[in-house]
Amino acid sequence: MTAGYLVLDTGHVFEGIRIGADKEPEGELVFNTAMTGYQEMMTDPSYKGQILTFTYPMIGNYGWNNIDDESERPAAEGVIINDDCHEPNHHESAGTIHDYLVSHGVAGLAGVDTRALVKIIRKSETVRARIVSTLSEAEEFRSGASSEIQLVAEVSIKEVKHYSEGEGAHVVLFDYGSKASIPQALKKAGCRVSIVPFDTTLETVKQLNPDGILFSNGPGDPQALREYLPEIYNITMEFPCLGVCLGHQLMALAHGAETEKMPFGHRGSNHPVKHLSTGKVSMTSQNHGFVIREKTLGDTGFEPLFVNVNDKTVEGIQHKFLPLQSVQFHPEAHPGPSDTAYIFDEFVKSLATGGKKLCRTVSV
Amino acid sequence: MQNSQRINKVLVIGSGPIVIGQAAEFDYAGTQACLALKEENIEVVLVNNNPATIMTDEQIADRVYMEPLDTVSLEKIIAAEKPDGLIGSLGGQTGLNLTMELSEKGILEKYNVEILGTSPSSIKQGEDRELFRTLMQQINEPVPPSEIVSSIKEGENFAAETGLPVILRPAYTLGGAGGGFAYSEEELQERLRQALKASPISQVLVEKSIKGWKEVEYEVMRDKNDTCIIVCNMENMDAVGVHTGDSIVTAPSQTLTDRQYQQLRSSSLKVIRALGVVGGCNIQFAVHPYKNEYAIIEVNPRVSRSSALASKATGYPIARIAAKCAVGYHLDEIINPITGNTYASFEPALDYTVVKLPRFPFDKFSEADRTLGTQMKATGEVMAIDRTFEAALNKAVRSLEMNVFSLTTKNMKSKSTEELKHLLTTANDLRLFALGEAVERGIEITQLHEWTDIDPWYLHKVKRIVDTEQSIKGRKLNDLSKKEILTLKKMNISTRRIAELTHVKEEDVRLKMNELNLKPSYKLVDTCAGEFEAVTPYYYSTWQGMDEVETDSDTRRLLIVGSGPIRIGQGVEFDYCSVHAAEAVKALGWEAVVINNNPETVSTDYSVADRLYFEPITAEDVLHVASKENVEGVLLQFGGQTAVNLADELKAAGINVLGTKPEDIQLLEDRDKFYRLLNKLDIPHIEGSLAYSEKELLETAASLSYPVLVRPSYVIGGQSMYICYCETELQNYVSRLSSTTNDKCWPLLADAFLPGKECEADVISDGENVFIPGIFEHIEKAGVHSGDSITVFPPQTLSENEISSIVEISRKIASSTPVIGIMNIQFVIHNGVIYVIEVNPRASRTVPIISKVTGSPMIKEAVKVQLGYSLTSTGLMPPPEYITVKAPVFSDKKLKGVDHSLSPEMKSTGEKIGIADSFAKALTKVFPSPEKNPSVVLSASSRDYAALFEAVSQKINTAYATPGTARYFTERGTAAEAVQSLDEFETLLKKDEIDCVINIPTQGRNPESLGFKLRELAASYDVPCFTHIDTASLYMNHISEDDDAQAVQDLKMVKEEIK
Repeated sequence: MTAGYLVLDTGHVFEGIRIGADKEPEGELVFNTAMTGYQEMMTDPSYKGQILTFTYPMIGNYGWNNIDDESERPAAEGVIINDDCHEPNHHESAGTIHDYLVSHGVAGLAGVDTRALVKIIRKSETVRARIVSTLSEAEEFRSGASSEIQLVAEVSIKEVKHYSEGEGAHVVLFDYGSKASIPQALKKAGCRVSIVPFDTTLETVKQLNPDGILFSNGPGDPQALREYLPEIYNITMEFPCLGVCLGHQLMALAHGAETEKMPFGHRGSNHPVKHLSTGKVSMTSQNHGFVIREKTLGDTGFEPLFVNVNDKTVEGIQHKFLPLQSVQFHPEAHPGPSDTAYIFDEFVKSLATGGKKLCRTVSV
Repeated sequence: MQNSQRINKVLVIGSGPIVIGQAAEFDYAGTQACLALKEENIEVVLVNNNPATIMTDEQIADRVYMEPLDTVSLEKIIAAEKPDGLIGSLGGQTGLNLTMELSEKGILEKYNVEILGTSPSSIKQGEDRELFRTLMQQINEPVPPSEIVSSIKEGENFAAETGLPVILRPAYTLGGAGGGFAYSEEELQERLRQALKASPISQVLVEKSIKGWKEVEYEVMRDKNDTCIIVCNMENMDAVGVHTGDSIVTAPSQTLTDRQYQQLRSSSLKVIRALGVVGGCNIQFAVHPYKNEYAIIEVNPRVSRSSALASKATGYPIARIAAKCAVGYHLDEIINPITGNTYASFEPALDYTVVKLPRFPFDKFSEADRTLGTQMKATGEVMAIDRTFEAALNKAVRSLEMNVFSLTTKNMKSKSTEELKHLLTTANDLRLFALGEAVERGIEITQLHEWTDIDPWYLHKVKRIVDTEQSIKGRKLNDLSKKEILTLKKMNISTRRIAELTHVKEEDVRLKMNELNLKPSYKLVDTCAGEFEAVTPYYYSTWQGMDEVETDSDTRRLLIVGSGPIRIGQGVEFDYCSVHAAEAVKALGWEAVVINNNPETVSTDYSVADRLYFEPITAEDVLHVASKENVEGVLLQFGGQTAVNLADELKAAGINVLGTKPEDIQLLEDRDKFYRLLNKLDIPHIEGSLAYSEKELLETAASLSYPVLVRPSYVIGGQSMYICYCETELQNYVSRLSSTTNDKCWPLLADAFLPGKECEADVISDGENVFIPGIFEHIEKAGVHSGDSITVFPPQTLSENEISSIVEISRKIASSTPVIGIMNIQFVIHNGVIYVIEVNPRASRTVPIISKVTGSPMIKEAVKVQLGYSLTSTGLMPPPEYITVKAPVFSDKKLKGVDHSLSPEMKSTGEKIGIADSFAKALTKVFPSPEKNPSVVLSASSRDYAALFEAVSQKINTAYATPGTARYFTERGTAAEAVQSLDEFETLLKKDEIDCVINIPTQGRNPESLGFKLRELAASYDVPCFTHIDTASLYMNHISEDDDAQAVQDLKMVKEEIK
């Protein structure tokens, strides 16, 4: 048991026990309130550049397994845990969370009062932090936003990957750091899927001749991808599109809306969103620090489709004429509830019923 | 949106007296619901005949009917009140069954009453096993193979197909009564016969056993707009096979992956939607331990014990929200009261772990079968919160108040490995402690898993606790570093245990920790893992992390110590008292800090106190809270014996104990000191003295002359208290008691037994004067525990002189002790002399009753005098003109091997009252009424023949009796047919021609005796059984009112009419 520290740019220092890899990562400190699904969270590429705090105080109870990774390796730069389990038990378990972190080169700190951290984050909004083994006089922190374009570049696929089994609709998935559950959900709905790098052009997309596009989730500030917005706009004028999380923000930005940083984001499995036309509320899995400013939707042709019950922020938008829809939350779940899984199904169904044609008619 | 045009008046059905399987959780649910409805300007009419509840307070509902919970009286109430709607899903199984009956009998239709919330057809689909199974098959949700049978033959056929073991679940029963496992064909026959009998519709579900799977529950809410949420999921440490009410439960689940969690969550939503529940619903799953497979065990389409637990575990008030949903609100329109700025349409995120432990009555019923199965046996439960399972478990263990402070207990040390194995392989109340011992002896986790079916995750946690404790074994306290102590405290290992391990006094550990400035932190229960600011002062302690609870120094605060888990002898009445104490403290301008650990209660609702601490009630934990809150004083008299027992330790630690001083409490509780006090005051008391050995006891008994009343000193609820009529009985008693206590039962107290008239008074004293709102007279003579006797107020047979003597004696005791606050005095009047039996320097079981029926706020007065106010009115209140009768209610069908015959030891779990303008009318509301000439089964021992003959011979029609009793009756001209065997008795009882069984036991509690078995038979066939001559005589002389003539009355109306 080696002591370690979490140093915050607010000046706070938390002492804990080093677990996982012997590294000293830095990142934005964020917290997730889900009580299960730590493996899915760690491997969600949207956590790239961030140090993830689990608010549930006992992590690692069911070990880690070969099923629940959301990407090839953990994306979070580091993890902060109150109590990590040394003797996990589950029939699928392949080892302890400590082993998992070590084998993937991720640093962690256990024995930390994670609730106290949450309170600091809530108060200070954006907090940067570093996991260290020894305390030095003064830690210097990088400023956040500058490197965010690299975050997406780092986690995005490098070459096009095809999953062409089946006869269903063909969906091109723009990978800004997609969770594995998104292509899985599409495949489950019968789709053929081509996963493409985040900077793929309309021309390339056309050559793939898809029935629809899905803009995935991914890490960081959507405005860091400003240079790609015109191309995204063009794609949305040609194909039916669905956006998820970062993809949702990019679609809105491409059509002229604005996004802003939230005080401390939504990260958890219990976020209530209300479907505005039915009034029905669903529980959703969320992981985002930026949000669309509702007021700026005015001339974009988009209108709100889902709203957050608690803070009334935009959780989903739909275009008035075009077959474009996007959601801030994660219908693919993993971790979290799958109440909104129907969104994928409806999207896929709409592709079969000639969405693409509609797109061309309207845009002409 | 709320449908306010149509629903202006709502009838809420309460759950009635407390029985095992239906306890205080429904007082909590009902109270919340009534208040939630009143907020909507809906007039609330409440029916519940349980007087010890908060919900029957006048402030909670607009109209309160303390009337029998049957369709006859409910129809009368409905006719009188004409409510628009009815909510029955908050009153437990009782409320649900009544709702169904009212609906099926067409009563609701007749008076145009709408059932709010879940519809009767949904209830039926959830409750009727066959309908439910069909529905599950329709929506493709797995249920274990099963079949509804209504005969033994059908059950045998099913078992032949699927194989044994099978589990039996009778339809429509409380707490799984009558259910169980069958491992062999013989067992199947025997158990199925009982189960068919237990079900009111003679239906039993025979199901393939999934014993050994993990048991997981989900608490689900749904509104009319079909929005569904999970409030909480819970995982039982005990695998499937132990009733969830008897299981160790954690929240949230600990060993499920997110995939499993979400799979069960999705299934829950599917089920609640298919059922169409509006409000709360509880779904129980079995999850295969080694593969991804699950099955739905059962659904409760109503709020339940689990929903109370989930409410306290998460902060999400399920019953309150369910009531709002019932009147039409959508979840996203209801504010989450904990945060004040988010909505009820979300799922709580916990950043702590909750452990619930059941509280069993086996400390009182040493003869009971302690095996746990599908029939619930616990009377209550405790909940503990901390940041890890280990810590929460340790807190829960010491909350039990079983005098255990660790998983390893002395009693287990003497067990052989074979005995331990036995305790581990069959579920029982001692298994957790057997586990502690087994781990300490080094038995492997894999072995323990094989024996217990408990998931190794939990076993490893137990091992961590034991290992951590063992790490300081043999060390000296002074050699322990701050860090080492902190390591122990992070697991919330008690200071008592640390003291034990280091061979010092607990006080020394306390001092050492003070020196090192070691104290716990406090954190909030906020439903959202800190994501939002929370406004609710609901706290728990932890040794992990920082203190986030702020206390301002200007506010003056008082601490009210609650009463912990519900057990026989300490029930919901003390929760009533604690809640009223908190209200009184607030009304007097102080802040009320409440500490308690019972998740079922109103006192642990975050809205009752100004600041609520969900903590064990031990000196350690109370002292920490007192110091954290810097309270000016502690009120102990309202939390039952639990709280009073802390007086000395708190005082020694420098806490200001309000009211009667700790040393004066001793004066009243220590038998020798108490008798000396009474002698000094010239108050007659029963002769008796302490004996320190068997020889001394026998000598004392002989000098007092038999019968004698024996008991250990300091008892709650008459624990281990017996009347012995001869030396042999006394010797048997001693050998039994010394073997169950390892000879630690000494000294024993022997008193002369005076079979006189018993009565009691609750007295408020300011140290000089007393105020007595009323005196209760007991129907049964002395020798029956006051909690088990039928009592009447105002007294019916006491003379003016006797009453004024009782008042004078009370005043003398109060002023000379002095008693400041409240006390309960028990008297016996024998041959014209009034003796004082005992004084309890605290509130009592009768306080809520007397407060309600006289309208005098006893607890408020009791708080005021403890804060230095003088009494405003003194003496005895003039009695009202209406009569109140209280009758005990026994959970006699639930506890196998327990003798429910009346004796000095309390056995009832609840009580009900009837109020009317005559004794007979009031009695009819709580007591069975005889046929004009009833047919009876009689059985007594020779010493009671004469009394029995006198009591019943003139009144009965046909009598069947055990041979001796039959002979005695026949010889004296009253025909009584001798019945030889138990089977013959059973045939008689089954025929439904017997009105009552009168069986006067010699001493009882011998499960082998015919009388014992006869009493069990009576209970299982629902035939009234009287075990005391006075109760039998009351029955024989009771001229009942016919149903139509019996009026139902709102409590307020009764009082006003009489004014």
